[in-house]
Amino acid sequence: MDSPSGHSNDPVPAAERGRGGVGLVDEPAPNPDDQGKNTARRRSARRRGDVVFARLSAAAGLTLVVAIGLIGLFLLIKAIPSLAADHANFFTSTQFDTNDPKNLRFGIRDLLVVTVLSSAFALLLAVPVAIGIAIYLTRYAPRRLSRLFGGLIDLLAAVPSIVFGLWGILVLAPAITPVAVWLNRYLGWFPLFATGNVSLTGGGTIFTAGVVLAVMILPIITAVTREVYRQTPVAHIEAAQALGATQWEVVRMTVLPFGRSGTVAAAMLGLGRALGETVAVLIILRSSAKPSHFSLFDGGYTFASKIASAAAEFSAALPTGAYIAAGFVLFVLTFLVNAVARAIANRGVAR
Amino acid sequence: MSKRIDVKDLDIFYGNFHAVDSVTMAVQPRSVTALIGPSGCGKSTLLRALNRMHEVIPGARVEGSVLLDGEDIYGSGISPVSVRRTIGMVFQRPNPFPTMSIKDNVVAGLRLQGVKGKKELDEIAERSLRGANLWDEVKDRLNRSGASLSGGQQQRLCIARAIAVRPDVLLMDEPCSALDPISTLAIEDLMSELKDHFTIVIVTHNMQQAARVSDQTAFFNLPGAGRPGRLIEMDDTAKIFSNPNQKATEDYISGRFG
Ligand SMILES: Nc1ncnc2c1ncn2[C@@H]1O[C@H](COP(=O)(O)OP(=O)(O)OP(=O)(O)O)[C@@H](O)[C@H]1O
Ligand SMILES: [Mg+2]
Repeated sequence: MDSPSGHSNDPVPAAERGRGGVGLVDEPAPNPDDQGKNTARRRSARRRGDVVFARLSAAAGLTLVVAIGLIGLFLLIKAIPSLAADHANFFTSTQFDTNDPKNLRFGIRDLLVVTVLSSAFALLLAVPVAIGIAIYLTRYAPRRLSRLFGGLIDLLAAVPSIVFGLWGILVLAPAITPVAVWLNRYLGWFPLFATGNVSLTGGGTIFTAGVVLAVMILPIITAVTREVYRQTPVAHIEAAQALGATQWEVVRMTVLPFGRSGTVAAAMLGLGRALGETVAVLIILRSSAKPSHFSLFDGGYTFASKIASAAAEFSAALPTGAYIAAGFVLFVLTFLVNAVARAIANRGVAR
Repeated sequence: MSKRIDVKDLDIFYGNFHAVDSVTMAVQPRSVTALIGPSGCGKSTLLRALNRMHEVIPGARVEGSVLLDGEDIYGSGISPVSVRRTIGMVFQRPNPFPTMSIKDNVVAGLRLQGVKGKKELDEIAERSLRGANLWDEVKDRLNRSGASLSGGQQQRLCIARAIAVRPDVLLMDEPCSALDPISTLAIEDLMSELKDHFTIVIVTHNMQQAARVSDQTAFFNLPGAGRPGRLIEMDDTAKIFSNPNQKATEDYISGRFG
C-alpha cells in the first residue's frame, strides 16, 4: 500500500497512517510535492475521524443492546426458580398467591388482561384527541395561540403520576360515574361494558384508569404528532392548496398521509407509557377476589401495579421471583409493541 | 375555458415589505404570456397573486384588483379556494403527492370537486396524461407512486394534475428549471399545445424559452435594493426581443444587465 520511498522520505504522513489509518488500503502514496502532501494528510485525518466516529457509535449502540440484554437476562435468571416452583399455570391462572413459598400459585392472566385493556382503552381515547390537537395546532391555530396551547399540553407531561392517580380516583371517578352507569345499563350485553368484579360507582375500574392513562399519555402523543405534522413539506401543502383544497382537505391529502408513520410511532410511544404506568393505576384500581371477564368495569392489577403493591415484601427469593416473572412479561410486551410499531412505521415509508 | 386576465394597479406585500409595485397588465386568452426579469423582482410573487396563492403566506396581502373575464378574484364573497380551482398552478419544483399513485395524483383536483365515478376519473386521467405527453410512459404503472417517476416525468405529472380540472388559466413558475434539456423541450412543446385550450402565464429565466414559447412578454425590474419590483414593459414577444421600447429591457435581454 505504501511505496518504500514514502516511508523513508516522508516520515510524518507515515506516522499518521500508523496511528489512525490501519487497514485503509487505498491511501495515496505520499507526494514529494508539498501541496500533494498536505492534501493527503488532510484526507487521512478526515478518514481517521470517520473511523473513530463509526467505532464510537457502534460501541454506543452495542452497549445499549448489551444493557437491555443483561436486564432481560437478569429478570429471567431471577424468575426461573420461581417459575419452576409455580403450582399454577403461569399463563392461564388468575391467582397470584405468593404467601407460602412452598406452595406458590401465580399466573399472569388477569394482570395481562387488565394491563392490555386499560392501555388499549387509553390509547383509543388519547390518539384521536392528540391527532385533533396536533392538527389544530399546526394548521389552524394562530401562531401565538399555538405556542401557548402547545406549552400547556407539555405542562401536562410534567404533572407527577401520583397526582394523576389522586385526581383520577377522587375527582374524575365520581364525575364519570354517570357515563359508566349508562354504558353498563344500555350496553351491558357487550362484554366490555358488562358488570365487572368491583363496584361500578366506586370508580376503581379499568374504565377510570383508562381515562386517566389517556390524559397522561396525551402530551407525548400530541408532542410527537405535532412535530411530525409540522414537517409536512410546504411543497405538498401548496400543491393541494393550488388545486383548490380547503384547509381540511389539505390536512387529509398531505398532512395525515405524510405523518402516518409518525402518528403510529407516537401512539406506540404512548402505549409503552400506559403499559408501564404504575402509581396512578395502583391508586385507582380496586382489587377484587373474582377474576376479570374482559370488562372495562373490572378492577384488579396491571403488571406494574401488582409488582409495586408487593414491593414491601421482596425478601424471600421465591415469592420475589414470581413478581420478577411478571415483570419479565411486561418487558417482553413492551418490546413487542415497539417492534410492531417499527414494522408499521416502515411499511408506511415503503409505500 | 381560457379566460383573459386584467391586472389593475396591483400592489403586493409581505407584511410591511412592499414586493411588487402597482402592476397593470392584460393577459390574453389562448396565449402564452412570459414574465421575465432579474431574480427578486417579484415574478413569482405576482404569479402567485394571480390565483390567490400569495395569501397562504402569513402576513401576505395585496391591494388592487385582478379581473378574470371581468370578475375580480379578490372581490368580496369570492373564496380563494374557488379561485384556485379555476386558475391552476405548476410549481418550480415538481411536487406530486408522494403518498398517492400516479393516477390518484392526476385526479386529485377532480376528487376535491366531488367527481366520484371511477369510469369518469379513469377517462379524465388518461386524457390529462395524454395532454401532458406522459401517457405512454406511465400507462403500465398508473398505480405506482407518483414519487417513482423521474423529475421531468414528475413535472409533466403535475401539469397533468393541473389540467385535469380544466382550469381557465394555467400559471407556471419556472416549470423547467429543474429539468434536463429533453424534458424542457417536451414541456415547451406541451405549452404550445395547451395554449389552444388555456390561458398560460409562465415565469422563466431562460430568454430562449420565453422567445420560443410565449406570445407576449412582460419584463419586470428592481429599481433598487429594498424597493418594490415594477413592470417595465409588456409587449408582443417578437417586439420585446427585437426592438423593445425601454433601454432596461434591451440591456436585460442582451445580457448587458447589472
Ligand atoms: N415568503 C416571503 N416572505 C417575505 N418576502 C418574500 C417572500 N417571498 C419572496 N419575498 C420577497 O419578495 C421579493 C420578490 O420575490 P419573488 O420570489 O417574487 O422574486 P422572483 O422574481 O420570483 O425571483 P426569482 O427569479 O429568484 O425566483 C423578494 O425581495 C423576496 O425577498
Ligand atoms: Mg421566483
